[in-house]
Amino acid sequence: MPDASYPENLRYHHEHDWVRVEGDEAVFGITWYAQDALGEVVYFDPPEVGSSITKDTAYGELESVKAVSDIHAPTSGTVVTVNQQVVDQPEVVNEDPYGAGWLIRVSLGDPSELDGLLDAAAYRAYLAGISS
Amino acid sequence: MTLPADTPQQRERATTIFEKSVPGRRAFVPPGLDVPEIPMSDLIPDRARRASPPGLPEIAEPEIVRHYNRMSRRNFDLDAGFYPLGSCTMKHNPKLHERLAGLPGNARLHPAQRPAAAQGALKLMWHLQEALGEIVGLRAVSLQPSAGSHGELAGVLLARAYHEDRGDARRTRVLTPDTAHGTNPATVSMAGYEVVKVGTSGDGGVDIEDLRSKADDTIACLMLTNPNTLGLFDRNIEEITRIARDCGAVAYYDGANLNAIMGISRPGDMGFDVVHFNLHKSFTQPHGGGGPGAGPIAVSERVAPYLPVPTVVRREGGDPQFDLDFDRPKSIGRLRGFHGNYGVFVRSYAYICSLGAEGLREASEIAVLNANYLLARLKEVAGDALPVAFDRICGHEFVLSGAPMKRDLGIRTLDLAKRLLDHGYHPPTVYFPLLVEEALLIEPTETETRETLDAFAEAVGAILAEAAEDPAIALHAPYTTPVRRLDEATAARRPVVRQPPT
Amino acid sequence: MSAYTSLTDADRSAMLAAIGVDSIDDLFEVVPEALRLDRALNLPGGLSEQDVEAHLRAMASRNTSADDEICFLGAGMYDHYVPALIDSILARSEFLTPYTPYQPEVSQGGLQLMFEYQTAISELTGLPVSNASLYEGPSALASAGYLAKLANGRSRLVISRAVHPHARETLVTVARGYGMEVTEVPLREGLTDLDVLAEAVDVDTAAVFVQQPNFLGAIEDIAAAAELARAEGALSVCACDPMTLGVLRPPGAAGFDIATGEGQALGNRLDFGGPSFGFFAATEEHLRRMPGRIAGETTDADGRRGWVLTLQTREQHIRRERATHNICTAQVLNALAGVIYLSWLGRRGIVEVGELMARRSDYARRALSELDGVSTLHDQPVVREFAVRLDAPVGAVIEHCAERGVNVGYPLGTDYPEYGDGLLVAITERRSRADIDRLVEVVGHAVSELSRPAQAGVAR
Repeated sequence: MPDASYPENLRYHHEHDWVRVEGDEAVFGITWYAQDALGEVVYFDPPEVGSSITKDTAYGELESVKAVSDIHAPTSGTVVTVNQQVVDQPEVVNEDPYGAGWLIRVSLGDPSELDGLLDAAAYRAYLAGISS
Repeated sequence: MTLPADTPQQRERATTIFEKSVPGRRAFVPPGLDVPEIPMSDLIPDRARRASPPGLPEIAEPEIVRHYNRMSRRNFDLDAGFYPLGSCTMKHNPKLHERLAGLPGNARLHPAQRPAAAQGALKLMWHLQEALGEIVGLRAVSLQPSAGSHGELAGVLLARAYHEDRGDARRTRVLTPDTAHGTNPATVSMAGYEVVKVGTSGDGGVDIEDLRSKADDTIACLMLTNPNTLGLFDRNIEEITRIARDCGAVAYYDGANLNAIMGISRPGDMGFDVVHFNLHKSFTQPHGGGGPGAGPIAVSERVAPYLPVPTVVRREGGDPQFDLDFDRPKSIGRLRGFHGNYGVFVRSYAYICSLGAEGLREASEIAVLNANYLLARLKEVAGDALPVAFDRICGHEFVLSGAPMKRDLGIRTLDLAKRLLDHGYHPPTVYFPLLVEEALLIEPTETETRETLDAFAEAVGAILAEAAEDPAIALHAPYTTPVRRLDEATAARRPVVRQPPT
Repeated sequence: MSAYTSLTDADRSAMLAAIGVDSIDDLFEVVPEALRLDRALNLPGGLSEQDVEAHLRAMASRNTSADDEICFLGAGMYDHYVPALIDSILARSEFLTPYTPYQPEVSQGGLQLMFEYQTAISELTGLPVSNASLYEGPSALASAGYLAKLANGRSRLVISRAVHPHARETLVTVARGYGMEVTEVPLREGLTDLDVLAEAVDVDTAAVFVQQPNFLGAIEDIAAAAELARAEGALSVCACDPMTLGVLRPPGAAGFDIATGEGQALGNRLDFGGPSFGFFAATEEHLRRMPGRIAGETTDADGRRGWVLTLQTREQHIRRERATHNICTAQVLNALAGVIYLSWLGRRGIVEVGELMARRSDYARRALSELDGVSTLHDQPVVREFAVRLDAPVGAVIEHCAERGVNVGYPLGTDYPEYGDGLLVAITERRSRADIDRLVEVVGHAVSELSRPAQAGVAR
């Protein structure tokens, strides 16, 4: 399990999701904090490719042995790809939450939604607020 | 660090009965064929016939017996030792009850037997209904539900039927406290309602203001336990049920914690409309490693017309005297086949006969005394590491928080629980209720001795002292059990839920 | 002090002192005055063990059990032989008295038995995944309706009228809760009318329910029903009698998504209807929607084989209002009886018993229907239960025969007004040819006595 980290090149949602923008597409995943809180991930219930997802609402579920967590969409869009490796080996979410543990790729519906997300510093400050 | 050596049970690799199967062996010898040997193809059309036999084991009786005896030794059980599993009421299961349930008149009685030829069984059920109704102060009883969760479903369906019968279709939501057992919200969904959570106040009771703000004419039902899942009797209970009734809701009492108040206070008198009993808790049906249980319900007059069919009735001067009543036009209908878990009724009825009115009250008194005593002892030996979540006189159980232990000693509630296994105890319920961080829910029951409670408190003290020296011991416990900590993550990621076919 | 508590007066005083209160009443001070019961419960006083035994023994003796008469009653629960080794193993405290296995390190026996049970049910039904038991048959079938709702969100359940009436009624009761409509498909010549079924199933149908053999004992063309469901994207559910699955094509092979049913016949006592267990098996696709506990294999910290409760995120204690079912306590001890029984019967025994029942049922049906005033209600193939029509009031025939020591069967008119003259007769391996000959004798006598027009008086 890697140490806590919040890469500078990502944008964050207060439900502990990250976004990496790549042109007019974006990659979603959950943060180190989220995977640590959830514990060993055992199952990923992904959305269907081609389905549309809405900012701030659940697009899928991650399960650990003793918990279920909705995963919230940091922005709206249409699902382009689901990370099959996470479906097959959910533990990669714990092992590499920002790399191999990405969850889905979407084509962005409204890029202006990105403006409302947190940068790494703001997300770290937000986490500090939660834990105090 | 010295650790115990493997036990003989640990050295043995578990094998399943399927792996022990050898073609040609058998335990069953069929009775001789005494009718014409008509070819099976003449009796059953080919398209409906099985192509090859199911892969059941082939094994002779001695090895079946050894297999299951060996397996049984890999279980901890209530007859083996202290089992303070909170909210489960692991009280002694009297041995007489097994003999009585096994009498041919009970065990060999067909459920479709004519009532006239089942008068003993129907009489027992009727008397049990009467006794349960008296204990909770609600007269109309159905024994049909098969477990607490089934009783809950019955109760919420009764609430639905009650509102629908009055033409009140606005009610779509059910109030449950945020401390509720998971069966409550799951039941609400199965009954087609939406869950609305009510908060907990600073003293561990229902947050009255929160309740008041949510109790409106969309509420079908309020579900509550009292004492609640924190083991605390809610001093505002009358006001709570009044708020529920004033908004037109049905008040439901989850009887999981009835063992704290038998003969002392009655849910019916508190203003509840529906109560379920867990006969496998307060009324000592052995739990069987996960059932059977039974979850009868008792209800108020306004809800009684909707009870499941059939009910057991006594007809004065009727023949037969005890009968099944199917003629209940407003009933929600059936919830299962036949009449309920009768074998469980026999045991619980025998228990009520043994204890009587005084004995039931004494059982609750001692359950509460034992819980408060164990709490006092644990405060002495573990007050800093495991503070009580709400420091009041408790009911039949209480909740400690392992948060300071985790912070100061570096071991979690789970680790403490696993180390208790090495001391020969079944651990308390852990991580429930969700409201308390690192929760430990402890219910000693009335059938334990003071010596047992003392020894348990001392074991907890010893584990904490040991953790202060070397937390790794608890972190890797247990050591003396048939297996050590199991990899639950892999089991869930790549489920193997049956022996692979050979 | 009762026999089940141990606190002496000295214990009590010391314990109250440790708590810091003066009396036991002080422990209940939080109970508002008005809510304290100011009298003893209105129940009899406690009794000694021997008096309780005598009291309950006297009550039990007023029941006419399957030991007291020759029993041809079935209708979902059957008088099969329960081998003695089941009594011996189930009496062990290690199986009888633990709670649900929340601590797997000290519950390997219970978890392994669930795993073995799941394997046996999977083998019987021909479906890959089974849970570790539900309450009993009819409520298990109703659970499949909720699974269908979760699986496809459709609004209607279609059930054959040939499914056990208790199961149909239970499905209607619970479906009203979760907001689904139930449509019933009628019978034709003892079987589910497949033409009507075909019309009833459409894109709003969440699931189709049939039973094999059906309530009248007839062997259905279940594969056709499964196919009709599949064609419209509905789930197919087969309620089945496990004792017939040595000879009948299993639901999995016939294309069903779910097989469920009553487990009593597998090594469980009659117990006036419970406790028994309900079994529930499904295709892999539905594993994460299954109701109830499931045991799964894994390894411990030292690499030893072991079992745990798995996929618990489906369950109420984790998923709460989104759980696949609200069940917590199930019927593990009864499922243990089931798996011991299936191990005892074994791969060949399950077939032999099925064949024996089929041949004796055939013998009994022929012999009965040759009587004057008795005819078959349907002529479909059967395995262990069949229906006849009586040319005399059924209730009166049952009473008449009971007086002669034979319980001839279940009056169909209780649940099927259209078969008011119907009697359902069940055969198990315990019913010998001599028993059957006696059945034929008493029914023949009863019908000839009671079919005279002057005869009055109809019991239910």
